[in-house]
Amino acid sequence: MADRIRAWGLIRTAPRAAAVAIVIFAVLYVLVIANPPNEFGEGDWRTTNFGSAVDDPQNFFITVLNGLTLAGLLFIVASGFSLIFGLMRVVNMAHGSFYLIGGYIAYEVQQSMTGQGFSLRSSEVTTWEWVLPAIVACLVVAGVGLIVQQLFLRWNMGQELRQALITIAVSVIIADQVIAHFPRHVPDGGVKFGGNAVQMAWPGWMDRFVYLPVLGIDYSLQRLVVLILGVMVGAALWLWLYRTRTGMVIRAGVDDRQMTSALGINIQFVFAIAFVVGSALAAFGGVVGTSQGNVASGQDAVWLLYALVVVIVGGMGSLLGTAAGSLLYGLVFSFSAVYLPATSNECCTEYSIVLTFILLALVLAFRPQGLFGRLA
Amino acid sequence: MSRWETKTLVERMIGAGALVVLALGPLIFNDYWVDTILLQTFLLGIGAASLIFLSAYGGMISLAQTALMGIAGYMLGNLVSQRGIGGESKGLTLGLDPTLALVLAIAITVSVGFVFGALAARSYGIYFLMLTLTYAVIASSFFGQVTQFGGFSPIAGINRYTPPFVGDIVSNRDRLYYIGLIVAAAVYVLIRYVTRTPFGMALQGIRDEPVRMASLGYAVSVHRMLAFALGAFIASLAGVLNVWWNGQIAPGDLGIGATIELLIVAVIGGLGRIEGAWIGAFAFIVINNYVTNWVPSGGLPLVGGRFSTVIGLVFLAIVIVSPDGLTGLWDRAWRLARRRGAPPSVQVEVAEPSGAGSS
Repeated sequence: MADRIRAWGLIRTAPRAAAVAIVIFAVLYVLVIANPPNEFGEGDWRTTNFGSAVDDPQNFFITVLNGLTLAGLLFIVASGFSLIFGLMRVVNMAHGSFYLIGGYIAYEVQQSMTGQGFSLRSSEVTTWEWVLPAIVACLVVAGVGLIVQQLFLRWNMGQELRQALITIAVSVIIADQVIAHFPRHVPDGGVKFGGNAVQMAWPGWMDRFVYLPVLGIDYSLQRLVVLILGVMVGAALWLWLYRTRTGMVIRAGVDDRQMTSALGINIQFVFAIAFVVGSALAAFGGVVGTSQGNVASGQDAVWLLYALVVVIVGGMGSLLGTAAGSLLYGLVFSFSAVYLPATSNECCTEYSIVLTFILLALVLAFRPQGLFGRLA
Repeated sequence: MSRWETKTLVERMIGAGALVVLALGPLIFNDYWVDTILLQTFLLGIGAASLIFLSAYGGMISLAQTALMGIAGYMLGNLVSQRGIGGESKGLTLGLDPTLALVLAIAITVSVGFVFGALAARSYGIYFLMLTLTYAVIASSFFGQVTQFGGFSPIAGINRYTPPFVGDIVSNRDRLYYIGLIVAAAVYVLIRYVTRTPFGMALQGIRDEPVRMASLGYAVSVHRMLAFALGAFIASLAGVLNVWWNGQIAPGDLGIGATIELLIVAVIGGLGRIEGAWIGAFAFIVINNYVTNWVPSGGLPLVGGRFSTVIGLVFLAIVIVSPDGLTGLWDRAWRLARRRGAPPSVQVEVAEPSGAGSS
């Protein structure tokens, strides 16, 4: 009997020990083990693009900043998902679709406003010509979200799986409709092809690099703006949830929906607000993502995955958890792009998706409810 | 004879009749129906059966089944393909003996299922759904990005290498039809058998009352993990057959589109009953093959868009009207008929105090 208990203990301890070992190895690898490639471009398992952090601190800092800025964008998208889930227990599988239409609508509005044509450069765009498309996209998607919530999610509260299936159906329809209708502005003489990749332009004043004195590097202002936007969204959400009456009601609803509604609070109204804000955040993330990279049919799945990973890692329905999950995932992403072994004979292979899985596995092995989640 | 026994009898007769018709399939139907509609129904149905098994008896709605199917297909493709003239340049091209490769592909898929299941065993309900969805997207991206296993474009011509007991399925398509039918029937029997074993009983107990089962001394996580591995085994069969049918495997075969497609099949059929897997698959494939022709080339009237919009709307309607799908509608129709109580034999039962109306 004692042997069996000891064996169980070993089985339970082994994954944790392995997890700790993996994390320690990854940190050591980035800090000291990694080597830059030699002059022939050859390498072994120690070869990475830049070498270790100790040898090449500047590229290390740039990688950290890239991770942080990506985390900003991840946070904008995932916080909306997390807000809706935390309050209403609705897993909005159409969140990625909201991101997608947000991005496309903002692109169309910006194209109509500037009239410069398909390949718009940042220098041709004023701040207003970025802000107004963002506002329009957020409002339209918020409206779509409100319609979806009122029509399909209001009368079946508590049936979590059914609601998830309904939002999946909505996402299937939206994905096909996006291909049917977007993009509307195409290059002159170009063929209109549904769901093609398009990009927005940031305002002109952002199109430069700034010198960061402490780290000693030049860094893209656009990326810093993404980070600042992420922080601002986080701060605004925090103020809203923790310093206003509506936020108080929402937090009460997260903790005990029935009790809140028994106190005479119109919980359906609060649900609608939360869904509108959550959808608008998805659209805003779409606008930022479209400006930073591009938007294309199929990215709805990608961003749904990102939002899911962030909230699973961070913990469902927790603002702090979403921030932590975004940070962790953003850093894992940027580091895996740079510090995974890149030997020349293995062309084109990206292992970052494997690290996504490892991150999930590591967190879930310790905490099934996520880093800051509470057990249901 | 009570109404519920009548229902079982009717269902058994329909099932037996369908089996006889399908066994004679190549004699009755034309090639298009045999090779496309019916065969694909068997294959998609096996995949959906693995999903419905987990949801109906384990309370776990898994979106990872397509990923597991794809992993089986990729493993088979990598293990069995041969390099060289007339061979395949993609993937590992290990050129193993087809029988060995088949066993290995299934074994690897089941092992992956163990790992997936072990990580997800402590998640329930909606969390489980989300976690398995991330598995699906990760598996799809993995095969798209890791070029050693094939990369973005498909591994083709896998169905040229089959074990001797399967034989030549490229030129002799009826052979694959019967293999599909036999495997589908075997999977059905296997699931029906497993759910009657002590393991299956415990699994259903865990589905309903995980905490109570844990306090009774059952290893809840281990049961769920094993169930997931069994689901992975069934999915691997579907994956292997799919590759034999299709000849090739690509990352898109296990992407989120395919994942949602399998979920739609299972939901249309009904997440509560195993039979729903093949009923849903049949309905889906018929819609898939005939509605595509019906949609005008310029897109649908009013909304635009194509086939996916139609299937999305059908899916939405089914989830709203009958979350249990077609089998749920069938069950509900019988319950309704029972409440109306037409035949005299039933009216006797209605007269009893514990009779109709309570359900």
